[in-house]
Amino acid sequence: MNNIFVYCENEEGKVADVSLELLTKGRVLADTLGCELEALVLGHNLAGVEKELAEYGADRIHIADCACLAPYRTLPHAAVVCGIFKEEQPQIALFGASPVGRDLGPRVSSALHSGLTADCTSLEIGSHTDVKTGKEYQNLLYQIRPAFGGNIIATIINPDHRPQMATVREGVMKKEKAKTPGKGVVVKVDANKYLKDSDFVVRIIDRQIEKRKINIKNASVIVAGGYGMGSKENFQLLFDLADVLGAEVGASRAAVDAGMADHARQVGQTGVTVRPKLYIACGISGQIQHTAGMDQSAMIISINSDPEAPINKIADYAIVGDAMEIIPKMIKYYKQNSK
Amino acid sequence: MKKTLKIVVLAKQVPDTRNVGKDAMKADGTVNRAALPAIFNPEDLNALEQALVLKDMFPGSRIDLLTMGPGRAAEIIREGMFRGADGGVLLTDRKFAGSDTLATSYALSRAVAKLNPDIIIAGRQAIDGDTAQVGPQVAEKLNLPQVTYAEEIVGFEGEELIIRRRLEHGVETVACSLPLVVTVNGSAPDCRPRNAKLVMKYKHAITPSECQQDEVSCYADLRTNRPYLNITEWNVSDVDADDQQLGLSGSPTKVKKIENVVFAAKEAKRLTGSDRDIESLIQELIASHTLG
Repeated sequence: MNNIFVYCENEEGKVADVSLELLTKGRVLADTLGCELEALVLGHNLAGVEKELAEYGADRIHIADCACLAPYRTLPHAAVVCGIFKEEQPQIALFGASPVGRDLGPRVSSALHSGLTADCTSLEIGSHTDVKTGKEYQNLLYQIRPAFGGNIIATIINPDHRPQMATVREGVMKKEKAKTPGKGVVVKVDANKYLKDSDFVVRIIDRQIEKRKINIKNASVIVAGGYGMGSKENFQLLFDLADVLGAEVGASRAAVDAGMADHARQVGQTGVTVRPKLYIACGISGQIQHTAGMDQSAMIISINSDPEAPINKIADYAIVGDAMEIIPKMIKYYKQNSK
Repeated sequence: MKKTLKIVVLAKQVPDTRNVGKDAMKADGTVNRAALPAIFNPEDLNALEQALVLKDMFPGSRIDLLTMGPGRAAEIIREGMFRGADGGVLLTDRKFAGSDTLATSYALSRAVAKLNPDIIIAGRQAIDGDTAQVGPQVAEKLNLPQVTYAEEIVGFEGEELIIRRRLEHGVETVACSLPLVVTVNGSAPDCRPRNAKLVMKYKHAITPSECQQDEVSCYADLRTNRPYLNITEWNVSDVDADDQQLGLSGSPTKVKKIENVVFAAKEAKRLTGSDRDIESLIQELIASHTLG
């Protein structure tokens, strides 16, 4: 049966949020297509993992439990995933757009000669008519993603090759337990059947899991605060908004000097220059020192109680009001409206 | 361990999508792609630096830049030579047009096979597509191991190359024997700048096509005496590639639809802090994929 497969990334049996988000989405797609949702878990010490996966809608759960599969390495995982896909012939296969999924997905797609669309922001089911041949396709996966630095939105399809593969970033899809849990049938996989010695040519000699470093330079959305935020406690609200949006928190020099934020978060001439897709400036007046580091942002929203604040001259949207009241509203309406 | 290495760096010339300032906007709010300058893909420069570090460790090693693209992509091969690469190959053919990542990887893998290097180093991803697929797919096509998200090629221990790579929440050090494919993350050290002596040495390096376009003498004698000024140019038959696996026919993925993202006009739109204003703003940001 041509079902939907989700590769479930895990660290010692704890399944990553991005994989649970994909199961949530996969459940919806499976119901639309009238097929089953299958989870694929590769790793070690995976006992009991099936319970959570069934809660998120998985009907069948393939578990390959072997010391040789943890920590993640490209070649052994690719060999097992390709082996299972060849047997099960999925119509759709989803991976997290994490360093693991973006390492594994292309390897698998090349081995199976099936297309892969990276970093999708939306997945839908739809039909397609080929302009040249007039051939009609039903129930294709529309893989929708921004391209060209976020300046265009492309809908990609994979009409003639299976599985239709896509990766999705963490936080893009909603994570929600299924209303009716999946059947949760466990399929034990003998990994050794698919593996050969040469799959272990890359050896891991050291592995350090570290606390996340502040990295505002590569953030696609930045919520930044200025002196106008008033206090370090009020700054916490910016972190709340950033958490919800999957953004990083930036700060003006005045806010950093006043001890409201860490220096690593400073945007501007003496800090970091950023070019995110969206920059939300809260309580920032917009001195040139600051704007020099962010005026190339694709979109700027300012929240300031002063309607004449200089930041409004470069903003695309200027919200006049108190950030302490407006930010909670943004959090509330984002939660209500996001998928 | 060999005393010298043959290194191929995969690089791409890309439109500078990071600098879509308000000047590159058309009146309707869409991007004027022609107004964007063509640049050396940033992470491919990080990759070149790692190749140069290896060459510093093993003098006499050779670095060739391999790029697929139109004739003008020879610019980045020259740029690489100004920074320390020894030469390059421009893979160019109309039959490549419309290639997705898989068809591109197939074409590149044919050229890599012909160059037969010890190590292939590429940037993690290109800024015009952001897919990060070509490195791993080239590795698969050549049946080579891959190490992605690399931050530092540390050196050799015995026959194995030691590489430090970024994880989602941490770092990992791996060892792998040659040959292999490494993709380099943007958090790796920046590429060294142009070297004035190398600029002098290579400024007349051109491809055969560029030579034909150059109607004035084109320093023909110079290139006969100095073969390093000839940038290699290969087409489909030069790399013995199968037409069916190239271009649109070799691409499993098809673009069904492209929508331009329309950015708001320059004048700031004034909003109040009312629930209605905030909710409609959030909905607009989600609809335009700015958020989510």
